[in-house]
Amino acid sequence: MPFIPHTEKDTREMLAAIGADSIEDLFDEIPAALRIDHLHGVPEALSEMEISRLMRERAHMDGSPLCFIGAGAYEHHIPTAVWDIATRGEFYSAYTPYQAEASQGTLQTIYEYQTMITELTGLDVSNASLYDGASGLAEAALMAVRANRKVKTGLVLFAPGVNPVYEHVAEAIAGSQGLKFEWLPVDTATGNVAFDKLPEGQEPVAVVMQQPTFPGTLEDVDRLTDWAHEQGAFAIGIANPMSLALLKAPGHWGEQGVDIACGEGQPLGVPLSSGGPYFGYMTCKQKHVRQMPGRIVGRTTDLDGNPGFALTLQAREQHIRRSKATSNICTNQGLMVTAATIYMSLLGFEGIARVAQTSHAKTTRLVDGLCAIDGIERLYEGPYFHEVALKLDRPVAPVLEALAARNILGGYDLTADAGCDAVLVCATETKTDADIDACVAAYAEAMG
Amino acid sequence: MSELPGDLLYTNDHEWLRREDDGSVTIGITEHAATSLGDLVYVELPEVGQEVVEGGEMAVVESVKAASDVYAPVPGSVAAVNEELADDPEKINADPYVDGWIVRMNVDGMDESALMTPDAYQQLLDELDD
Repeated sequence: MPFIPHTEKDTREMLAAIGADSIEDLFDEIPAALRIDHLHGVPEALSEMEISRLMRERAHMDGSPLCFIGAGAYEHHIPTAVWDIATRGEFYSAYTPYQAEASQGTLQTIYEYQTMITELTGLDVSNASLYDGASGLAEAALMAVRANRKVKTGLVLFAPGVNPVYEHVAEAIAGSQGLKFEWLPVDTATGNVAFDKLPEGQEPVAVVMQQPTFPGTLEDVDRLTDWAHEQGAFAIGIANPMSLALLKAPGHWGEQGVDIACGEGQPLGVPLSSGGPYFGYMTCKQKHVRQMPGRIVGRTTDLDGNPGFALTLQAREQHIRRSKATSNICTNQGLMVTAATIYMSLLGFEGIARVAQTSHAKTTRLVDGLCAIDGIERLYEGPYFHEVALKLDRPVAPVLEALAARNILGGYDLTADAGCDAVLVCATETKTDADIDACVAAYAEAMG
Repeated sequence: MSELPGDLLYTNDHEWLRREDDGSVTIGITEHAATSLGDLVYVELPEVGQEVVEGGEMAVVESVKAASDVYAPVPGSVAAVNEELADDPEKINADPYVDGWIVRMNVDGMDESALMTPDAYQQLLDELDD
């Protein structure tokens, strides 16, 4: 679809029709103090040649370091075929088409995505995706308030293992909509929730838990899901989709499974790319589907009895429900989802499981190597997936800087979150044994 | 369209009310409303005991292509809801005035003069047809 800007004549005619002198007049209502006339740090328009050069220089600054940082976004090998197919003209748009049903290929891709993500998460229905994992959690919390109607407190409790950034984003999006977010107590020995200190009688509308946790531990999500349900709350599970090839699916946590699962879809075929665009997934039990935000593609049959795909349950959405829509999200992250669908179909369940297993094995090699160094030990004991928190006997930042000087990103500085000198390390299938040994050697030198 | 039941009162929003013997009021949407919406696929019902103000949103009826609020025509509290609509919302299309009732309310006084007689509502429908 071409983008056709208004000509000056168009603009003059429209302004004349409404009796305004200039486009600037349309913004008169906004007090001058709230308006900005320029963007800090954004230069005036550059020519194509200048911008290409600038971008090349900036890209070069990134270098290609060996990355052992996870903390919510993970480097995995993406087969070349994934983006070769995803960038074909038929797929290469971030938008669901306006005449959705005319684009059966796009709808089928989303439908296949929904099928795969419901299988991974063990739940009944999926939407066509959300912006990212963090905003997906905000949407899940708002959805819980709509669907769990008996509870009026608006109180959402977070297990300590939830990514702290997700909590900030949920607060920013939903905090002004009557929701309150509070953290459950942490057991400092395990990094997980302190079951003996759980608050009773608070009537939370939802309890949010993450598996694996932000610092890489495995939470007793069965017990926490059951506790949430005993409190009359919805259980919301955040899971790294890659980990679900090995770990129990959120739909099977506890006696009844979680009500809503959500998380960051980036590990499934989306490059790190300086933080985005990524996509968020969301799945839920069938009985809550009408409160789920976003688009949903359904399979149907046409008048001739042939199978086809259609947007379904659209009456929840803003173009019909207006201000009462389940959400004002309707553009899914279509292109990212297309890549993820191709990624999952190329690897298959077995391939994804092998990526997960290899990542676990690589992380084990890394952690064993690092923990053999004096001054490094695990912050929490217990099983992990592909990310582990390590405690250092000295400040973390100078150590990471020394590694960066050797072109190694040695991990995520966990000091502020953990309240002690700690670093979060992750190794995926992309790292060779030699890469890992180089990282261990660099730590040994920096700690020497 | 079949003839309007003569024992009901009607609103501008195409809802109907029936006074029950125990003083409660049963509420539904008219055949005109049901037909305009098309085949209903879902009804979102309020909770029993919920207080509603006059004109407040009470329920949502949803068809494939539209969703519409059902407003409380009188103030009161929800005494009962038609649970059968959860599995069979098309009851509203098939029989809007009897099996397709939506909510029964205990009312806090009811101003009948603000409601329409069958004749007045028929006149409204006739004007819509014009």
